Amino acid sequence: MRIRGSRISVKELSFAYSETGPEVLRDVSFDITAGNICALLGPNGSGKTTLLNLVLGWLRPIGGRIELEGRDVAELSRREMSRVVGFVPQEEPAGFELSVLEYVLLGRAPYLSFLETPRPEDRRAAEAALEAAGIRKFRGRALTTLSAGEKQLAAIARVLAQDPMIFLLDEPMSHLDLANTQRVCWLIESLRDKGKTVVFTTHDPNVASASADSIIMLLKGKVVASGPVRETLNAENIRLTYGVEVEILDGNGRPVVVTRMRKRN
Amino acid sequence: MDLEREKPGHPEWRLWVIVGAVVLCLAVSALIGRYPKPFLTSLSDLSDNELARSLLIHLRLPRILMAFLLGAVLSASGAAFQMIFRNPLVDSGFLGVSQGAAFGASLGIVYFGGTSLGVQASAAAFGFLGLAASYLIARRIRWGDWVFRLLLAGISIAALYSAGTGVIKYLADPHKELPDITFWLLGGLWSVTWPDFWQVLPVAALGLSVILLMRWRVNLLSMRDETAFSLGLRPGRERLFVLSAAVAATAVLVCKAGQVTWVGLIVPHIARRLVGADARRLVPASIFIGGIFVLVCDDLARAALSGEIPLGILTSLFGTAVFIALLSTRRLKLR
Repeated sequence: MRIRGSRISVKELSFAYSETGPEVLRDVSFDITAGNICALLGPNGSGKTTLLNLVLGWLRPIGGRIELEGRDVAELSRREMSRVVGFVPQEEPAGFELSVLEYVLLGRAPYLSFLETPRPEDRRAAEAALEAAGIRKFRGRALTTLSAGEKQLAAIARVLAQDPMIFLLDEPMSHLDLANTQRVCWLIESLRDKGKTVVFTTHDPNVASASADSIIMLLKGKVVASGPVRETLNAENIRLTYGVEVEILDGNGRPVVVTRMRKRN
Repeated sequence: MDLEREKPGHPEWRLWVIVGAVVLCLAVSALIGRYPKPFLTSLSDLSDNELARSLLIHLRLPRILMAFLLGAVLSASGAAFQMIFRNPLVDSGFLGVSQGAAFGASLGIVYFGGTSLGVQASAAAFGFLGLAASYLIARRIRWGDWVFRLLLAGISIAALYSAGTGVIKYLADPHKELPDITFWLLGGLWSVTWPDFWQVLPVAALGLSVILLMRWRVNLLSMRDETAFSLGLRPGRERLFVLSAAVAATAVLVCKAGQVTWVGLIVPHIARRLVGADARRLVPASIFIGGIFVLVCDDLARAALSGEIPLGILTSLFGTAVFIALLSTRRLKLR
């Protein structure tokens, strides 16, 4: 039975990278409803990327479970998972000089059998993804010649070509300029409008506020707060998560976080 | 599918030009030799001279096909290795296979009587042992990703085997065994006959087929683990499968041909410049160009001088020349 929804449910999840090592995530529980944009917000090293890798199924939890539309991630086959969940890592080594189109075509792997090479319809899907990400003009360029921001857009185009129900994006806007950040925000919103779920990580509260519907705030592997943006993104939660005093301003109905500059001692 | 529009400057017709060059090279190589007269055998010689014809059929042809197969396997495997390891400086011999085979051959020459079969069997056994040891050690390393661990393990096993080969050379009889070891290490196809060719063909063809059929997937395997995994692959298992096919094909040929270096390293770079980095075109181009490269070197090895020039010397010589030329142009990218 193919999963058609995009609801994510995480229950009492714990994870450690080795048996004797410290727990990177402890008793993490949350639900993300279908068709929602959720930001995982927290300082560096708070476990955001680890959490994405767990939802992807790449890492196995030591406790708790992750369900997609009520089905345990551990029970899903690789092929099934790859059609439901797409992933963009923070950085992707650009291999050799694959062209951007050749790279985006890799996103079609979940729809091809073991020895099959991309078909004309895969090519069309890849072209459409390039168009949506606004990098059609780069299609013939080698991936190695792109800037960090352009590479990020290419990776986003690859996951668009994959066309999953759930998008996991690790720091998707970290290298983007203002115009491209806005483009990716719009892209994410259009995915939500199609009923897809987007989970992205960021350490910047304002990036989370600008594009997410809900926020999960993490600190040292524990959930500090979670819920809709306007309820969650307050001065108290930010102080708890980052240890800094901030002021919350209003920017067209969305909270804008401004740090209160303190003199150095 | 219309690949031509995907990467301007790397049109598919180049692949067909390369195929044409292969046919030409095979045909010309059949006429190159030192009997009945040096360098070129004319068609009239072939029709008149029974011995020349017999020579062509029983000695030259198997050697030509073996040279082509050797180049094809080393280059296709090299291309797969470079992509999977995301490293342009590796080839299919480096996971302890080449050094293992060298150690095995030396051991065979000194301690197992030095018969052709003994040397080959010993080379094959230690080549595979090298691979197995690299794999097992890589599993024990607790840090770095899978590709990096295998790289480290391969380098250490290769170094260990080199030391072992050194010891055997030191202990070998300097008048009889040492020259044999040295000659084997320099590589060559002078003793190849039809039975040799038929012996290696099944494994070599199987290895080549796996790499060829999985060539688009090799693109995916060159991505980082999480990405390949998110696209539905089991990266560790699939990489191991492709690498095993490449190594098996390489090992059976190295046992017959000795150390023919630089081919698997250089040819994928040449192919990449001609047809681009997409393994859909890179693998077939590497097969053809590698075949041509070794074939031309072997033609020189057997016909340029009255004596045989070891093939490994020629491939190293031309290989390094091409490598330096590539390094000094802007298009060789390490990442």
